Amino acid sequence: MSVATAETPAATPTVPVGRVTQRRVALSEWTKLRSVRSTRWALLVTLLFIIGIGLIACLVFESRWPHLSAHDRSHFRPLRANLAGVNLAQLAIGVLGVLVITAEYSTGMIRSTFSAVPKRLPVLWGKAMVFGAVVFVVSLPAVFIVFFIGQAILSGQHINIAISHPGVVRALFGAPLFLTVMGLFGLGLGAIVRNTAGGIAALAGIVFVLPPLLGILPTSFTNSVDPYLPSNAGGAIWTINPDPGTLAPWAGLAVFAAYAAIAIAIAAVLMRRRDT
Amino acid sequence: MIEVTNVTKRYGEKVAVNDLTFKVQPGIVTGFLGPNGSGKSTTMRLVLGLDAPNSGHTLVNGKPYREHAAPLHEVGALLEARSVHTGRSAFNHLLALAQTHGIGRARVTELIEMVGLQEVANKRAGGFSLGMGQRLGIASALLGDPHTVMLDEPVNGLDPEGIQWVRKLLQKLAREGRTVFVSSHLMSEMAMTAEHLIVIGRGKLIADTGVDEFVQGASKQSVRVRSPQLERLVELLAGPEVRIETVQPSVVDVYGLDSERVGTIAAEHRIVLYELSPQRASLEEAFMELTRDSLEFHTDEDSPGAEAKATVA
Repeated sequence: MSVATAETPAATPTVPVGRVTQRRVALSEWTKLRSVRSTRWALLVTLLFIIGIGLIACLVFESRWPHLSAHDRSHFRPLRANLAGVNLAQLAIGVLGVLVITAEYSTGMIRSTFSAVPKRLPVLWGKAMVFGAVVFVVSLPAVFIVFFIGQAILSGQHINIAISHPGVVRALFGAPLFLTVMGLFGLGLGAIVRNTAGGIAALAGIVFVLPPLLGILPTSFTNSVDPYLPSNAGGAIWTINPDPGTLAPWAGLAVFAAYAAIAIAIAAVLMRRRDT
Repeated sequence: MIEVTNVTKRYGEKVAVNDLTFKVQPGIVTGFLGPNGSGKSTTMRLVLGLDAPNSGHTLVNGKPYREHAAPLHEVGALLEARSVHTGRSAFNHLLALAQTHGIGRARVTELIEMVGLQEVANKRAGGFSLGMGQRLGIASALLGDPHTVMLDEPVNGLDPEGIQWVRKLLQKLAREGRTVFVSSHLMSEMAMTAEHLIVIGRGKLIADTGVDEFVQGASKQSVRVRSPQLERLVELLAGPEVRIETVQPSVVDVYGLDSERVGTIAAEHRIVLYELSPQRASLEEAFMELTRDSLEFHTDEDSPGAEAKATVA
Protein backbone atom coordinates (compact mmCIF):
# COMPACT_ATOMS: atom_id res chain seq x y z
CA MET A 1 0.00 0.00 0.00
CA SER A 2 1.76 3.09 -1.17
CA VAL A 3 -0.78 5.34 0.54
CA ALA A 4 -0.05 3.84 3.93
CA THR A 5 1.62 6.27 6.29
CA ALA A 6 3.43 6.01 9.58
CA GLU A 7 0.51 7.47 11.52
CA THR A 8 -1.60 4.45 10.71
CA PRO A 9 -0.53 1.42 12.70
CA ALA A 10 -2.61 -0.96 10.59
CA ALA A 11 -0.74 0.09 7.50
CA THR A 12 2.80 0.27 8.77
CA PRO A 13 4.70 -0.23 5.55
CA THR A 14 7.50 -2.04 7.31
CA VAL A 15 5.50 -5.13 8.18
CA PRO A 16 7.49 -7.89 6.58
CA VAL A 17 4.97 -10.22 5.02
CA GLY A 18 6.31 -13.33 3.43
CA ARG A 19 4.91 -16.24 1.54
CA VAL A 20 3.41 -19.20 3.33
CA THR A 21 5.98 -21.98 3.41
CA GLN A 22 5.87 -25.46 4.90
CA ARG A 23 8.59 -24.50 7.35
CA ARG A 24 6.65 -21.45 8.55
CA VAL A 25 3.47 -23.48 8.94
CA ALA A 26 5.39 -26.05 10.99
CA LEU A 27 6.71 -23.28 13.25
CA SER A 28 3.16 -22.02 13.65
CA GLU A 29 2.01 -25.52 14.57
CA TRP A 30 4.76 -25.72 17.15
CA THR A 31 3.48 -22.49 18.71
CA LYS A 32 -0.05 -23.89 18.75
CA LEU A 33 1.05 -27.18 20.29
CA ARG A 34 3.11 -25.66 23.09
CA SER A 35 0.55 -22.99 23.97
CA VAL A 36 -2.36 -25.13 25.13
CA ARG A 37 -2.69 -26.98 28.41
CA SER A 38 -3.87 -30.27 26.95
CA THR A 39 -0.43 -30.80 25.40
CA ARG A 40 1.39 -30.32 28.70
CA TRP A 41 -1.04 -32.55 30.57
CA ALA A 42 -1.00 -35.35 28.04
CA LEU A 43 2.80 -35.33 27.82
CA LEU A 44 3.15 -35.22 31.60
CA VAL A 45 0.76 -38.16 31.94
CA THR A 46 2.74 -40.00 29.28
CA LEU A 47 5.95 -39.54 31.25
CA LEU A 48 4.26 -40.66 34.47
CA PHE A 49 2.88 -43.76 32.79
CA ILE A 50 6.15 -44.79 31.16
CA ILE A 51 8.37 -44.16 34.18
CA GLY A 52 5.95 -44.74 37.05
CA ILE A 53 4.32 -47.94 35.91
CA GLY A 54 7.63 -49.37 34.67
CA LEU A 55 9.29 -48.75 38.04
CA ILE A 56 6.38 -50.10 40.06
CA ALA A 57 6.42 -53.29 38.00
CA CYS A 58 10.17 -53.71 38.59
CA LEU A 59 9.82 -53.05 42.33
CA VAL A 60 7.05 -55.62 42.67
CA PHE A 61 9.02 -58.32 40.86
CA GLU A 62 12.22 -57.56 42.73
CA SER A 63 10.60 -57.69 46.19
CA ARG A 64 8.40 -60.74 45.47
CA TRP A 65 10.95 -62.70 43.44
CA PRO A 66 11.99 -65.08 46.26
CA HIS A 67 8.34 -66.09 46.79
CA LEU A 68 7.32 -66.46 43.14
CA SER A 69 6.35 -69.86 41.74
CA ALA A 70 8.51 -71.53 39.12
CA HIS A 71 5.72 -70.86 36.61
CA ASP A 72 5.70 -67.10 37.34
CA ARG A 73 9.47 -66.99 37.19
CA SER A 74 9.54 -68.72 33.82
CA HIS A 75 7.06 -66.17 32.43
CA PHE A 76 8.98 -63.16 33.72
CA ARG A 77 10.39 -60.92 30.98
CA PRO A 78 12.58 -58.16 32.44
CA LEU A 79 12.09 -55.75 29.51
CA ARG A 80 8.36 -56.34 29.18
CA ALA A 81 7.77 -55.56 32.86
CA ASN A 82 10.10 -52.57 32.59
CA LEU A 83 8.21 -51.04 29.64
CA ALA A 84 4.70 -51.92 30.87
CA GLY A 85 3.83 -48.20 31.06
CA VAL A 86 4.10 -47.83 27.29
CA ASN A 87 0.85 -49.75 26.99
CA LEU A 88 -0.97 -46.99 28.85
CA ALA A 89 1.09 -44.16 27.42
CA GLN A 90 -0.11 -45.10 23.95
CA LEU A 91 -3.62 -44.10 24.98
CA ALA A 92 -2.54 -40.67 26.25
CA ILE A 93 -0.50 -40.03 23.12
CA GLY A 94 -3.22 -41.28 20.77
CA VAL A 95 -5.82 -39.08 22.46
CA LEU A 96 -3.50 -36.08 22.27
CA GLY A 97 -3.03 -36.81 18.57
CA VAL A 98 -6.80 -36.70 18.08
CA LEU A 99 -7.05 -33.46 20.08
CA VAL A 100 -4.32 -31.70 18.13
CA ILE A 101 -6.69 -31.48 15.19
CA THR A 102 -10.20 -31.87 16.62
CA ALA A 103 -9.75 -29.02 19.12
CA GLU A 104 -9.33 -26.71 16.13
CA TYR A 105 -12.68 -27.80 14.76
CA SER A 106 -14.54 -27.70 18.07
CA THR A 107 -13.31 -24.19 18.93
CA GLY A 108 -13.59 -22.71 15.43
CA MET A 109 -9.83 -22.11 15.32
CA ILE A 110 -9.74 -24.08 12.09
CA ARG A 111 -11.35 -21.13 10.27
CA SER A 112 -8.48 -18.88 11.34
CA THR A 113 -5.99 -21.59 10.46
CA PHE A 114 -7.39 -22.19 6.98
CA SER A 115 -7.74 -18.46 6.36
CA ALA A 116 -4.01 -18.11 6.94
CA VAL A 117 -3.16 -21.30 5.03
CA PRO A 118 -5.96 -21.73 2.50
CA LYS A 119 -4.12 -24.53 0.71
CA ARG A 120 -4.82 -26.47 3.94
CA LEU A 121 -2.55 -29.49 3.45
CA PRO A 122 0.57 -27.75 4.81
CA VAL A 123 -1.36 -27.54 8.09
CA LEU A 124 -1.83 -31.31 8.21
CA TRP A 125 1.81 -31.98 7.29
CA GLY A 126 2.97 -29.36 9.79
CA LYS A 127 0.94 -30.89 12.59
CA ALA A 128 2.19 -34.37 11.77
CA MET A 129 5.86 -33.28 11.67
CA VAL A 130 5.76 -31.22 14.84
CA PHE A 131 3.60 -33.53 16.90
CA GLY A 132 5.51 -36.62 15.78
CA ALA A 133 8.82 -35.02 16.69
CA VAL A 134 7.54 -33.88 20.09
CA VAL A 135 6.23 -37.35 21.00
CA PHE A 136 9.51 -38.97 20.06
CA VAL A 137 11.67 -36.41 21.85
CA VAL A 138 9.61 -36.60 25.04
CA SER A 139 9.21 -40.37 25.21
CA LEU A 140 12.76 -41.38 24.26
CA PRO A 141 14.46 -40.13 27.46
CA ALA A 142 11.55 -41.49 29.52
CA VAL A 143 12.10 -44.97 28.10
CA PHE A 144 15.86 -44.84 28.77
CA ILE A 145 15.35 -43.49 32.29
CA VAL A 146 12.89 -46.22 33.21
CA PHE A 147 15.18 -48.84 31.65
CA PHE A 148 18.29 -47.92 33.61
CA ILE A 149 16.53 -47.37 36.94
CA GLY A 150 14.28 -50.37 36.47
CA GLN A 151 17.11 -52.73 35.57
CA ALA A 152 19.13 -51.43 38.53
CA ILE A 153 16.21 -52.39 40.77
CA LEU A 154 15.92 -55.84 39.16
CA SER A 155 19.64 -56.43 39.54
CA GLY A 156 18.97 -56.79 43.28
CA GLN A 157 17.70 -60.29 42.41
CA HIS A 158 19.99 -60.68 39.38
CA ILE A 159 16.95 -60.84 37.11
CA ASN A 160 17.87 -57.75 35.06
CA ILE A 161 18.71 -57.58 31.40
CA ALA A 162 21.76 -55.77 29.99
CA ILE A 163 21.50 -53.06 27.36
CA SER A 164 23.95 -55.12 25.31
CA HIS A 165 21.48 -58.00 25.14
CA PRO A 166 20.33 -58.53 21.53
CA GLY A 167 17.30 -56.44 20.64
CA VAL A 168 17.28 -54.28 23.76
CA VAL A 169 18.59 -51.10 22.13
CA ARG A 170 16.22 -51.64 19.22
CA ALA A 171 13.31 -51.98 21.67
CA LEU A 172 14.37 -48.89 23.62
CA PHE A 173 14.32 -46.81 20.44
CA GLY A 174 11.33 -48.77 19.19
CA ALA A 175 8.99 -47.83 22.06
CA PRO A 176 9.24 -44.06 21.32
CA LEU A 177 8.83 -44.80 17.60
CA PHE A 178 5.73 -46.85 18.39
CA LEU A 179 4.28 -43.98 20.44
CA THR A 180 5.09 -41.52 17.66
CA VAL A 181 3.20 -43.61 15.11
CA MET A 182 0.32 -44.00 17.59
CA GLY A 183 0.14 -40.21 17.90
CA LEU A 184 0.08 -39.82 14.12
CA PHE A 185 -2.61 -42.49 13.86
CA GLY A 186 -4.70 -40.49 16.33
CA LEU A 187 -4.04 -37.32 14.35
CA GLY A 188 -5.20 -39.00 11.15
CA LEU A 189 -8.37 -40.39 12.77
CA GLY A 190 -9.10 -37.02 14.37
CA ALA A 191 -8.69 -35.23 11.05
CA ILE A 192 -11.10 -37.67 9.41
CA VAL A 193 -13.90 -37.45 11.97
CA ARG A 194 -13.20 -33.79 13.01
CA ASN A 195 -14.81 -34.42 16.37
CA THR A 196 -13.03 -35.09 19.65
CA ALA A 197 -15.39 -37.70 21.05
CA GLY A 198 -15.65 -39.49 17.72
CA GLY A 199 -11.90 -39.45 17.19
CA ILE A 200 -11.12 -40.85 20.63
CA ALA A 201 -13.81 -43.51 20.23
CA ALA A 202 -12.40 -44.55 16.86
CA LEU A 203 -8.86 -44.73 18.24
CA ALA A 204 -9.82 -46.65 21.38
CA GLY A 205 -12.01 -48.96 19.34
CA ILE A 206 -9.29 -49.86 16.87
CA VAL A 207 -6.45 -50.11 19.38
CA PHE A 208 -8.11 -51.57 22.46
CA VAL A 209 -11.48 -53.08 21.53
CA LEU A 210 -10.74 -54.73 18.21
CA PRO A 211 -8.07 -57.20 19.44
CA PRO A 212 -10.23 -58.95 22.11
CA LEU A 213 -13.21 -58.82 19.76
CA LEU A 214 -11.30 -60.94 17.27
CA GLY A 215 -11.12 -63.65 19.93
CA ILE A 216 -14.71 -64.69 19.21
CA LEU A 217 -13.81 -65.67 15.66
CA PRO A 218 -12.31 -69.07 14.70
CA THR A 219 -8.75 -69.43 15.97
CA SER A 220 -7.37 -70.20 12.52
CA PHE A 221 -8.75 -66.92 11.28
CA THR A 222 -7.77 -64.92 14.36
CA ASN A 223 -4.21 -66.23 14.26
CA SER A 224 -3.68 -65.01 10.73
CA VAL A 225 -5.25 -61.58 11.31
CA ASP A 226 -4.11 -60.83 14.83
CA PRO A 227 -0.48 -59.92 14.05
CA TYR A 228 -1.64 -57.31 11.55
CA LEU A 229 -3.84 -55.37 13.96
CA PRO A 230 -2.38 -51.90 14.50
CA SER A 231 -1.36 -52.25 18.14
CA ASN A 232 -0.08 -55.83 17.75
CA ALA A 233 1.94 -55.02 14.65
CA GLY A 234 3.36 -51.90 16.28
CA GLY A 235 4.11 -53.73 19.53
CA ALA A 236 6.70 -55.95 17.82
CA ILE A 237 9.25 -53.15 17.65
CA TRP A 238 9.56 -52.77 21.43
CA THR A 239 9.39 -56.45 22.35
CA ILE A 240 12.14 -58.99 22.68
CA ASN A 241 11.16 -62.65 23.10
CA PRO A 242 8.00 -62.09 21.05
CA ASP A 243 4.94 -64.32 21.31
CA PRO A 244 4.79 -66.87 18.51
CA GLY A 245 3.11 -65.57 15.35
CA THR A 246 3.95 -61.90 15.81
CA LEU A 247 5.55 -59.96 12.99
CA ALA A 248 9.27 -59.22 12.88
CA PRO A 249 10.07 -55.95 14.68
CA TRP A 250 10.64 -53.64 11.73
CA ALA A 251 8.02 -55.32 9.57
CA GLY A 252 5.53 -54.83 12.38
CA LEU A 253 6.39 -51.16 12.74
CA ALA A 254 6.05 -50.75 8.98
CA VAL A 255 2.56 -52.27 9.07
CA PHE A 256 1.58 -49.99 11.95
CA ALA A 257 3.03 -46.97 10.15
CA ALA A 258 1.02 -47.93 7.08
CA TYR A 259 -2.19 -47.70 9.14
CA ALA A 260 -1.23 -44.22 10.29
CA ALA A 261 -0.21 -43.22 6.75
CA ILE A 262 -3.52 -44.43 5.32
CA ALA A 263 -5.48 -42.56 7.99
CA ILE A 264 -3.54 -39.35 7.28
CA ALA A 265 -3.89 -39.81 3.51
CA ILE A 266 -7.68 -40.15 3.81
CA ALA A 267 -7.69 -37.12 6.10
CA ALA A 268 -5.70 -35.15 3.52
CA VAL A 269 -8.13 -35.93 0.70
CA LEU A 270 -11.09 -34.97 2.89
CA MET A 271 -9.41 -31.85 4.24
CA ARG A 272 -8.90 -30.47 0.73
CA ARG A 273 -12.52 -31.00 -0.17
CA ARG A 274 -14.67 -30.38 2.83
CA ASP A 275 -16.35 -27.16 3.88
CA THR A 276 -15.19 -25.77 7.18
CA MET B 1 -11.12 -5.77 -4.73
CA ILE B 2 -13.51 -8.66 -4.14
CA GLU B 3 -15.43 -10.19 -7.04
CA VAL B 4 -18.30 -12.57 -6.49
CA THR B 5 -19.65 -14.02 -9.74
CA ASN B 6 -22.85 -16.07 -10.06
CA VAL B 7 -22.17 -17.84 -6.79
CA THR B 8 -24.64 -20.37 -5.50
CA LYS B 9 -24.16 -22.33 -2.30
CA ARG B 10 -26.50 -24.99 -0.98
CA TYR B 11 -26.32 -26.79 2.34
CA GLY B 12 -28.42 -29.85 1.74
CA GLU B 13 -31.85 -28.62 0.70
CA LYS B 14 -31.30 -25.08 1.86
CA VAL B 15 -30.00 -22.51 -0.61
CA ALA B 16 -27.80 -20.15 1.42
CA VAL B 17 -26.52 -18.06 -1.47
CA ASN B 18 -28.43 -17.86 -4.72
CA ASP B 19 -26.70 -16.77 -7.94
CA LEU B 20 -25.05 -13.83 -6.23
CA THR B 21 -22.92 -11.39 -8.22
CA PHE B 22 -21.23 -8.21 -6.99
CA LYS B 23 -17.90 -6.41 -6.78
CA VAL B 24 -16.40 -4.62 -3.81
CA GLN B 25 -14.22 -1.67 -4.81
CA PRO B 26 -11.14 -0.40 -3.01
CA GLY B 27 -10.95 3.00 -1.38
CA ILE B 28 -14.39 3.05 0.22
CA VAL B 29 -16.21 1.21 2.98
CA THR B 30 -18.75 -1.15 1.46
CA GLY B 31 -21.50 -2.36 3.73
CA PHE B 32 -22.87 -5.86 3.33
CA LEU B 33 -26.41 -5.81 4.60
CA GLY B 34 -29.08 -8.34 5.09
CA PRO B 35 -31.30 -9.79 7.77
CA ASN B 36 -29.85 -12.52 9.94
CA GLY B 37 -29.62 -15.73 7.98
CA SER B 38 -29.60 -14.00 4.60
CA GLY B 39 -26.27 -15.47 3.53
CA LYS B 40 -23.75 -12.77 4.48
CA SER B 41 -21.50 -15.02 6.54
CA THR B 42 -21.72 -17.79 3.97
CA THR B 43 -20.68 -15.38 1.23
CA MET B 44 -17.66 -14.31 3.27
CA ARG B 45 -16.68 -17.92 3.92
CA LEU B 46 -16.93 -18.58 0.19
CA VAL B 47 -14.64 -15.63 -0.56
CA LEU B 48 -12.05 -17.07 1.84
CA GLY B 49 -12.41 -20.53 0.35
CA LEU B 50 -13.50 -21.99 3.69
CA ASP B 51 -16.56 -23.34 1.92
CA ALA B 52 -16.72 -24.23 -1.77
CA PRO B 53 -19.59 -22.87 -3.89
CA ASN B 54 -21.84 -25.26 -5.83
CA SER B 55 -21.42 -22.96 -8.82
CA GLY B 56 -19.85 -19.63 -9.66
CA HIS B 57 -16.58 -18.30 -8.30
CA THR B 58 -15.04 -15.67 -6.08
CA LEU B 59 -11.85 -13.69 -6.69
CA VAL B 60 -9.78 -11.56 -4.37
CA ASN B 61 -7.47 -9.06 -6.02
CA GLY B 62 -7.83 -10.98 -9.26
CA LYS B 63 -7.18 -14.51 -8.01
CA PRO B 64 -9.01 -17.17 -6.02
CA TYR B 65 -8.02 -16.62 -2.38
CA ARG B 66 -6.44 -20.06 -2.16
CA GLU B 67 -3.94 -19.28 -4.93
CA HIS B 68 -2.32 -16.31 -3.23
CA ALA B 69 1.21 -16.91 -1.97
CA ALA B 70 0.69 -14.69 1.07
CA PRO B 71 -3.08 -14.86 1.76
CA LEU B 72 -3.02 -12.79 4.96
CA HIS B 73 -1.45 -9.99 2.96
CA GLU B 74 -4.39 -10.06 0.53
CA VAL B 75 -7.36 -10.43 2.87
CA GLY B 76 -7.67 -9.94 6.59
CA ALA B 77 -10.91 -11.37 7.84
CA LEU B 78 -12.95 -11.34 11.00
CA LEU B 79 -15.39 -14.21 10.81
CA GLU B 80 -18.77 -14.39 12.50
CA ALA B 81 -18.38 -16.92 15.25
CA ARG B 82 -15.24 -16.93 17.34
CA SER B 83 -12.46 -18.56 15.43
CA VAL B 84 -10.02 -18.92 18.29
CA HIS B 85 -8.86 -21.88 20.38
CA THR B 86 -10.34 -21.11 23.78
CA GLY B 87 -7.34 -22.47 25.67
CA ARG B 88 -4.72 -20.35 23.92
CA SER B 89 -3.69 -16.83 24.91
CA ALA B 90 -4.41 -13.90 22.62
CA PHE B 91 -0.70 -13.38 22.05
CA ASN B 92 -0.02 -16.99 21.09
CA HIS B 93 -3.11 -17.08 18.88
CA LEU B 94 -1.87 -14.12 16.90
CA LEU B 95 1.69 -15.38 16.94
CA ALA B 96 0.69 -18.75 15.47
CA LEU B 97 -1.18 -17.01 12.65
CA ALA B 98 1.68 -14.55 12.09
CA GLN B 99 4.28 -17.30 11.87
CA THR B 100 2.58 -18.90 8.86
CA HIS B 101 3.63 -15.79 6.92
CA GLY B 102 6.92 -15.10 8.63
CA ILE B 103 5.45 -12.09 10.42
CA GLY B 104 7.43 -11.26 13.56
CA ARG B 105 6.55 -10.89 17.23
CA ALA B 106 6.93 -7.11 17.06
CA ARG B 107 3.95 -6.89 14.73
CA VAL B 108 1.89 -9.10 17.05
CA THR B 109 2.68 -6.86 20.02
CA GLU B 110 1.91 -3.78 17.95
CA LEU B 111 -1.53 -5.09 17.03
CA ILE B 112 -2.34 -6.16 20.57
CA GLU B 113 -1.65 -2.60 21.68
CA MET B 114 -3.58 -1.16 18.78
CA VAL B 115 -6.75 -3.06 19.64
CA GLY B 116 -6.25 -2.44 23.35
CA LEU B 117 -5.74 -6.00 24.58
CA GLN B 118 -2.33 -5.57 26.23
CA GLU B 119 -3.76 -6.23 29.72
CA VAL B 120 -5.15 -9.62 28.73
CA ALA B 121 -2.71 -10.65 26.01
CA ASN B 122 -1.45 -13.59 28.03
CA LYS B 123 -4.85 -14.73 29.28
CA ARG B 124 -6.74 -17.62 27.72
CA ALA B 125 -8.99 -16.38 24.94
CA GLY B 126 -11.82 -18.59 26.24
CA GLY B 127 -12.37 -16.15 29.10
CA PHE B 128 -12.73 -13.14 26.83
CA SER B 129 -15.93 -11.12 26.65
CA LEU B 130 -17.61 -10.82 23.27
CA GLY B 131 -16.09 -7.37 22.83
CA MET B 132 -12.58 -8.58 23.65
CA GLY B 133 -13.09 -11.47 21.24
CA GLN B 134 -14.03 -9.00 18.52
CA ARG B 135 -10.92 -6.94 19.21
CA LEU B 136 -8.79 -10.06 18.96
CA GLY B 137 -10.51 -10.93 15.69
CA ILE B 138 -9.84 -7.47 14.31
CA ALA B 139 -6.18 -7.76 15.35
CA SER B 140 -5.85 -11.05 13.49
CA ALA B 141 -7.53 -9.51 10.44
CA LEU B 142 -4.95 -6.71 10.32
CA LEU B 143 -1.94 -8.94 11.03
CA GLY B 144 -0.77 -9.20 7.44
CA ASP B 145 -1.36 -5.53 6.59
CA PRO B 146 -3.93 -6.70 4.02
CA HIS B 147 -5.11 -4.98 0.84
CA THR B 148 -8.64 -6.13 1.60
CA VAL B 149 -10.33 -6.19 4.98
CA MET B 150 -13.46 -8.27 5.37
CA LEU B 151 -15.25 -8.09 8.70
CA ASP B 152 -18.40 -9.97 9.67
CA GLU B 153 -20.45 -7.95 12.17
CA PRO B 154 -17.39 -6.31 13.73
CA VAL B 155 -19.26 -4.08 16.18
CA ASN B 156 -21.19 -7.00 17.65
CA GLY B 157 -20.67 -6.94 21.41
CA LEU B 158 -18.57 -3.79 21.46
CA ASP B 159 -19.30 -0.94 23.84
CA PRO B 160 -20.08 2.52 22.38
CA GLU B 161 -16.43 3.51 22.61
CA GLY B 162 -15.42 0.35 20.79
CA ILE B 163 -18.02 0.95 18.10
CA GLN B 164 -16.64 4.45 17.52
CA TRP B 165 -13.18 3.01 17.27
CA VAL B 166 -14.21 0.42 14.67
CA ARG B 167 -15.98 3.06 12.57
CA LYS B 168 -12.92 5.27 12.52
CA LEU B 169 -10.65 2.33 11.82
CA LEU B 170 -12.74 1.20 8.85
CA GLN B 171 -12.83 4.67 7.36
CA LYS B 172 -9.11 5.07 7.84
CA LEU B 173 -8.41 1.73 6.18
CA ALA B 174 -10.55 2.78 3.23
CA ARG B 175 -8.79 6.15 2.97
CA GLU B 176 -5.53 4.27 2.71
CA GLY B 177 -6.88 2.76 -0.47
CA ARG B 178 -7.84 -0.64 0.89
CA THR B 179 -10.97 -2.58 0.06
CA VAL B 180 -13.14 -2.60 3.16
CA PHE B 181 -16.12 -4.96 3.24
CA VAL B 182 -18.20 -5.01 6.40
CA SER B 183 -21.34 -6.96 7.11
CA SER B 184 -24.09 -5.96 9.45
CA HIS B 185 -27.74 -6.61 10.01
CA LEU B 186 -28.06 -3.09 11.44
CA MET B 187 -28.78 -0.37 8.88
CA SER B 188 -28.04 2.43 11.31
CA GLU B 189 -24.53 1.09 11.77
CA MET B 190 -23.92 1.05 8.04
CA ALA B 191 -25.30 4.58 7.70
CA MET B 192 -22.47 5.74 9.96
CA THR B 193 -19.66 3.99 8.14
CA ALA B 194 -20.42 2.80 4.65
CA GLU B 195 -20.49 4.70 1.37
CA HIS B 196 -21.66 1.83 -0.72
CA LEU B 197 -24.10 -0.95 0.10
CA ILE B 198 -24.61 -4.46 -1.05
CA VAL B 199 -27.93 -5.68 0.26
CA ILE B 200 -28.96 -9.32 0.18
CA GLY B 201 -31.97 -11.25 1.34
CA ARG B 202 -32.37 -15.02 1.27
CA GLY B 203 -29.06 -15.28 -0.50
CA LYS B 204 -30.10 -13.04 -3.40
CA LEU B 205 -28.84 -9.61 -4.34
CA ILE B 206 -31.43 -6.95 -3.53
CA ALA B 207 -29.43 -3.79 -4.05
CA ASP B 208 -25.89 -2.77 -5.05
CA THR B 209 -25.90 0.97 -4.65
CA GLY B 210 -24.59 4.05 -2.83
CA VAL B 211 -25.98 4.71 0.64
CA ASP B 212 -27.65 7.98 -0.45
CA GLU B 213 -29.27 6.47 -3.52
CA PHE B 214 -30.42 3.60 -1.42
CA VAL B 215 -32.38 5.82 0.93
CA GLN B 216 -33.76 8.00 -1.86
CA GLY B 217 -34.80 5.04 -3.92
CA ALA B 218 -36.64 3.46 -1.08
CA SER B 219 -40.37 3.44 -1.70
CA LYS B 220 -41.31 4.70 1.72
CA GLN B 221 -41.47 8.47 1.19
CA SER B 222 -44.25 10.09 3.16
CA VAL B 223 -45.59 13.32 4.58
CA ARG B 224 -46.48 13.56 8.23
CA VAL B 225 -49.62 15.59 8.87
CA ARG B 226 -50.98 16.75 12.24
CA SER B 227 -54.32 18.47 12.23
CA PRO B 228 -57.37 18.92 14.47
CA GLN B 229 -59.54 18.34 11.37
CA LEU B 230 -57.83 15.21 10.33
CA GLU B 231 -60.91 13.21 9.44
CA ARG B 232 -62.01 15.76 6.89
CA LEU B 233 -58.55 16.12 5.43
CA VAL B 234 -58.12 12.38 5.03
CA GLU B 235 -61.33 12.25 3.00
CA LEU B 236 -60.08 15.05 0.75
CA LEU B 237 -56.67 13.45 0.23
CA ALA B 238 -57.99 9.98 -0.61
CA GLY B 239 -57.22 8.69 -4.08
CA PRO B 240 -56.13 5.55 -5.87
CA GLU B 241 -52.41 6.27 -5.46
CA VAL B 242 -52.70 7.54 -1.92
CA ARG B 243 -52.20 5.51 1.23
CA ILE B 244 -52.67 6.96 4.67
CA GLU B 245 -51.38 5.44 7.88
CA THR B 246 -52.56 6.55 11.29
CA VAL B 247 -49.63 7.21 13.60
CA GLN B 248 -51.50 8.76 16.54
CA PRO B 249 -55.17 9.86 16.85
CA SER B 250 -54.40 13.27 15.31
CA VAL B 251 -51.35 12.37 13.25
CA VAL B 252 -51.15 10.49 9.94
CA ASP B 253 -48.45 9.65 7.41
CA VAL B 254 -49.52 10.24 3.84
CA TYR B 255 -47.96 8.19 1.06
CA GLY B 256 -48.27 9.11 -2.61
CA LEU B 257 -48.62 12.89 -2.22
CA ASP B 258 -45.86 15.39 -1.56
CA SER B 259 -46.03 18.07 1.13
CA GLU B 260 -46.87 20.86 -1.38
CA ARG B 261 -49.93 19.00 -2.58
CA VAL B 262 -51.14 18.18 0.95
CA GLY B 263 -50.61 21.80 2.04
CA THR B 264 -52.47 23.19 -0.96
CA ILE B 265 -55.45 20.88 -0.48
CA ALA B 266 -55.60 21.83 3.20
CA ALA B 267 -55.48 25.56 2.36
CA GLU B 268 -58.18 25.26 -0.31
CA HIS B 269 -60.52 23.77 2.26
CA ARG B 270 -59.43 26.03 5.11
CA ILE B 271 -58.16 23.13 7.19
CA VAL B 272 -55.81 23.97 10.03
CA LEU B 273 -52.48 22.12 10.00
CA TYR B 274 -50.27 21.86 13.10
CA GLU B 275 -47.60 19.90 11.30
CA LEU B 276 -46.73 19.19 7.69
CA SER B 277 -43.36 17.52 7.32
CA PRO B 278 -41.86 15.38 4.57
CA GLN B 279 -40.55 12.12 6.01
CA ARG B 280 -37.47 10.79 4.34
CA ALA B 281 -37.30 7.10 5.03
CA SER B 282 -34.49 6.35 7.40
CA LEU B 283 -31.91 3.90 6.23
CA GLU B 284 -33.39 1.45 8.67
CA GLU B 285 -36.84 1.76 7.13
CA ALA B 286 -35.49 1.60 3.60
CA PHE B 287 -33.77 -1.60 4.56
CA MET B 288 -36.87 -3.06 6.17
CA GLU B 289 -38.89 -2.15 3.10
CA LEU B 290 -36.46 -3.80 0.73
CA THR B 291 -35.91 -6.96 2.70
CA ARG B 292 -39.50 -7.38 3.85
CA ASP B 293 -40.15 -10.20 1.41
CA SER B 294 -36.85 -11.87 1.95
CA LEU B 295 -36.91 -12.19 5.72
CA GLU B 296 -36.45 -15.73 6.81
CA PHE B 297 -38.89 -15.32 9.68
CA HIS B 298 -41.67 -12.75 9.88
CA THR B 299 -42.81 -11.41 13.20
CA ASP B 300 -46.49 -10.60 13.52
CA GLU B 301 -45.94 -6.88 13.32
CA ASP B 302 -44.01 -7.34 10.13
CA SER B 303 -46.68 -9.21 8.28
CA PRO B 304 -48.52 -7.32 5.53
CA GLY B 305 -51.84 -8.04 7.22
CA ALA B 306 -50.92 -6.05 10.32
CA GLU B 307 -49.94 -3.09 8.20
CA ALA B 308 -53.19 -3.17 6.24
CA LYS B 309 -55.19 -2.95 9.45
CA ALA B 310 -53.40 0.23 10.41
CA THR B 311 -54.16 1.86 7.07
CA VAL B 312 -56.97 4.38 7.01
CA ALA B 313 -58.58 4.40 3.60
